Amino acid sequence: MAEPILSLAKVHTYIEQHHILQGVDLSFMPGRATVLLGRNGAGKSTTLRTVMGLTPAASGEVILKGQAVQAMKPYEVAKQGVGFVPEDQAVLYTLSVEENFRLAMLSENEKTWSRMETIFKLFPDMKKFWRSKAGVLSGGQKQMLAIARAFVNDHDLLLIDEPSKGLAPIVVDHLIESINHIKNHTTVILVEQNFYMASHIGVDYFILDDGRTVHQGLMDDLVHDEGLKQKYLGIA
Amino acid sequence: MTTQTATAGLQEHGGMDTKKLGVWIASVGIWFLPLLWIDPTTYAVLTVAGLAMGMLIFLTASGLTLIFGLMDVLNLAHGAFFVWGAYVGFSILNGLQQIGWVEGAGAAQSIGSVVLCLLAALVVGGLMGIVLEKMLVRLTYGSHLKQILITMGASLILVEILKVVWSPNDEVVTVPQAFQGSWIVMDVIITKFRVAAIVVGALVLAGIQLVMMRTKLGIIVRAGVENKEVVETLGYNIRRVFTGVFCAGAALAAVGGTMWSIFKEQIHPAMGEENLIFALIVVIIGGMGSVTGSFLGAIMVGLAYNYVAYTLPPLALGANIMIMAVILLIRPTGLMGKE
Repeated sequence: MAEPILSLAKVHTYIEQHHILQGVDLSFMPGRATVLLGRNGAGKSTTLRTVMGLTPAASGEVILKGQAVQAMKPYEVAKQGVGFVPEDQAVLYTLSVEENFRLAMLSENEKTWSRMETIFKLFPDMKKFWRSKAGVLSGGQKQMLAIARAFVNDHDLLLIDEPSKGLAPIVVDHLIESINHIKNHTTVILVEQNFYMASHIGVDYFILDDGRTVHQGLMDDLVHDEGLKQKYLGIA
Repeated sequence: MTTQTATAGLQEHGGMDTKKLGVWIASVGIWFLPLLWIDPTTYAVLTVAGLAMGMLIFLTASGLTLIFGLMDVLNLAHGAFFVWGAYVGFSILNGLQQIGWVEGAGAAQSIGSVVLCLLAALVVGGLMGIVLEKMLVRLTYGSHLKQILITMGASLILVEILKVVWSPNDEVVTVPQAFQGSWIVMDVIITKFRVAAIVVGALVLAGIQLVMMRTKLGIIVRAGVENKEVVETLGYNIRRVFTGVFCAGAALAAVGGTMWSIFKEQIHPAMGEENLIFALIVVIIGGMGSVTGSFLGAIMVGLAYNYVAYTLPPLALGANIMIMAVILLIRPTGLMGKE
């Protein structure tokens, strides 16, 4: 069996005095889009933020491509080939769309600019609003910018935190389509509350509850497992 | 759907622009008000003096505003960089005096000696900035109280060292020959060095804007002012960027100090603190983190100071504090501050 691209072993994370992750164990296989599911406050976002080094792990190991990264700073993790799309459409409002992309490009070479062509095909609005300030974009466009921005580098791994939050269903459909295209090029790890979106993107899944990994498997099985969905996700 | 939202956004913008235009006309118009009681010739002299003073305050304020905007660090040692720059420039001028580049110097030599002073101040200020940031300021990220105490302490120590190295007394600065005296244009007396101050200020503003708007470094700094976390996760070491900005800010303050010493033709150890008050007012008026805002603020403070100092001298500093209070009442984030 292949090596996991990213794995977490017995990871504990505190935010101030709160014990958020209480021993998370996860492993992600290259090329297989994986969704982290769970209730509000289960620790899904914190898991991504811990991988990025934004909320560093107090104990446990985070192994990225065979290398321990739990002590690394966010910029070092990013340089190891990890793209991160934070929640709440975190684009830079005062910068233009173009500047948002230029900021994201770790190297501005021909290869990067040819990726831009793909991005313009996936997200035509990015070309249309190229010179506008990102602050005037709609919520959906901001989210697309945040995702496209992370895709501009040739990353091995893309962490996406709740992209569907606050977006209209039709926009969510467009996002699903785009992320499904992106997952052919890079390994996607998605945190998502919206089960519709999660089930249309994920191949594998993990369920977190109270800061622990409680379940894992294939998304196709979970879709038909009403009991499990009821128990951990509150979906009837 | 997307087009609809975009048009709606544009219309909303259009409405705001009319209001903005009105505010702009009012805020430009108010500067002609002193013409009601000051005769036009004196008004012109005061305006040139005010612009020059504003440009020099801007040199100090531009660094201060970026340091605050980027890393949320309140640096009260900025005045110490300013006064050190002034004294370094003073010593360089004294040295150049020996070879005749100051008193009785030609135009080229005069310009040369001012440029040498500025370069020396730039280097000394920049080095002091790097050392202070790496040794002290770095330890206080996130705590304004600690920042105020430690930078205030550093400032006191730096000024005391300065008194030991030079002297605690006022010193007279000799202005290089070509910058002495003034031109008279249609009865308006224009002091030569004031023009030089305006030119240097404009060059620095253009330089900062060029870096901020046209380079990747500028994009990183502007992005950092808005959201540090996103910049970090995109692969940039924001602390290193910050040390660079701190160093550049300190260097600019030192350059401001040198210019100020030649402008005023005298120096004294407390001039750093005096200038820091102006710079803080300017940063607050302009909005924390905005270079354009601090430029506008500096020009406002420079002009208001000169008009009021001519009409009612004791109120000169008070008028600036009034302007700051009024602007904060209308726009609590300053002219160009983040909402």
